[in-house]
Amino acid sequence: MSFNETTIKNIAKLARLHFPADQEEKFTKDINSILNWVEELKEVNVDNVEPLISVSMQEPGLRTDEVTTGELQNELMANAPESAHGFYVVPKMVE
Amino acid sequence: MTTNLVDLHISEALSLLEKKEISAVELTKAHLAEMEKARFLNAYITETPELALAQAQESDKKRANGEKIGRLEGIPIANKDLYCTKGVKTTAASKILSNFIPPYESTVSQNLKDAGTIMLGKVNTDQFAMGGSTMTSYFGVTKNPWTDENGEYTLVPGGSSGGSAAAVSAGLCMGATGSDTGGSIRQPASFCGITGIKPTYGRCSRYGIVAFASSLDQAGPMARSVKDCALLLGEMAGYDAKDSTVVNTPVPDYTKALTGDIKGKKIGIPTEYRSKELNPEIAAAWDKGIELLKNAGAEIVEISLPHTKYALPVYYIIACAEASSNLARYDGVRYTTRVDGKTLDEMYENTRSDGFGPEVIRRILLGTFVLSAGFYDAYYTRAQRVRRLIYNDFITAFESVDAILAPAAPTTALSYEAMQNMSPVDTYLGDVFTTPASLAGVPSLALPITIAKNGLPIGLQVIGKHFDENTVFQVSGVLESLAGFDKKPHHVKG
Repeated sequence: MSFNETTIKNIAKLARLHFPADQEEKFTKDINSILNWVEELKEVNVDNVEPLISVSMQEPGLRTDEVTTGELQNELMANAPESAHGFYVVPKMVE
Repeated sequence: MTTNLVDLHISEALSLLEKKEISAVELTKAHLAEMEKARFLNAYITETPELALAQAQESDKKRANGEKIGRLEGIPIANKDLYCTKGVKTTAASKILSNFIPPYESTVSQNLKDAGTIMLGKVNTDQFAMGGSTMTSYFGVTKNPWTDENGEYTLVPGGSSGGSAAAVSAGLCMGATGSDTGGSIRQPASFCGITGIKPTYGRCSRYGIVAFASSLDQAGPMARSVKDCALLLGEMAGYDAKDSTVVNTPVPDYTKALTGDIKGKKIGIPTEYRSKELNPEIAAAWDKGIELLKNAGAEIVEISLPHTKYALPVYYIIACAEASSNLARYDGVRYTTRVDGKTLDEMYENTRSDGFGPEVIRRILLGTFVLSAGFYDAYYTRAQRVRRLIYNDFITAFESVDAILAPAAPTTALSYEAMQNMSPVDTYLGDVFTTPASLAGVPSLALPITIAKNGLPIGLQVIGKHFDENTVFQVSGVLESLAGFDKKPHHVKG
């Protein structure tokens, strides 16, 4: 499998990233070498092995659905790059 | 009082504070002065001296008035800049969070506050904890307080908790929080000649710690002795309703595990860790550790962890996949930094491309790729399947042994120059001994054992069963006292 100039363009788009051509070339090369390196996992027999998703020994429990905090609007908005009337402001999406 | 306050262990300072031979203010001031002298190490991203002095005065007042005090009352510590601290800038050593001031406190740092500790500031890390050197920090690399053979500060402190390790090693705090995803506490502890433990996954709450790879991230303490780590972890750990992975089980008093007696304990030595790449001096240090434990009455057992060689590739696939998802939240809308664009997508792209460093971008790209349609099963699911085999290796091994002894890192601290010239894969190989325990979720403590010919510390790690930090501390305590490692970095010797 090769991670080529088309793949990196698609993946960068999915990840909402962009970079100049020279960096694109460097990242493509780096990721290709990482992917070559992880190829050795193909030699492991994983038939009938369930994927291990979490090593937590705690069964996820349910909690009561109730409001435990509040009145945090100003504190939360304090970190917003742009806000108005207690809302986040983003570039116009719909004409 | 002739003792240098910044050389004290936490356990020693606590008894001096109790006897009122020293005050929290004196102890804090001594550390603040040392921090100022050692600014060239770049261990701290943010120093909080006013806050620290106010906390110290409050602490002394409490003690004088005979009020209820915490178990670590008056002890000055540092927090890795990945821990959200209410009202204090928390950057994850990144540009994208360089102005972020959290409106809340992480559970672990709150627990330490409640225990009476004093925060001196926030210490450097690799950006979003991605790296093993602090070289990926937006705020510049931290220098290892141990110098090279020419007496120059050219060495990395390891990472990602490199700021924590350097600060603890150089006497710029008595202990520090770290976080370990694939070795980020143990490898820097080894590089800086200090002690650090990654507890069992689910022992400490991850609430309020900037997420890297959620199925692996675990908080832990770094300090200058096994006992100090036991004291710190005892306060950091515990159930938290805000993190569903934290196990609701009592936290023992870990200091009680330091009995000094390990007679009859079975210690496993994993054959697979003795690879041909293993540096002969590290191998000799490992043999020394084995010998010491044997002399203390432990039974040494050769064991096999057959899937060890797959741990690194499994780790990098899983960690990058989880990181690509966790870091999607930095979108220029909620977290202080934005680079404008004509459309919403363009704003996202501009903000993220400007705000993340190259290592973070590389991992997001890899993670996005292994999770993308057509490749998900071949990479991500396969990695999770192999992860189970690695996990099972440990479960099987622990049927016949109480703990495992292994090297912590394949080398002593490397120079920036050497690391700059390494490919990403070469730098990833530095995690070869630490990622298996991370993937299995078992606790592991790294401690210094001896000095290499180049004058730098070599660390070993003691790995235990899930939630059996007690045995890890017990074995480490014996190893520590028998090894008698008392070397200080050049900076401290002054």
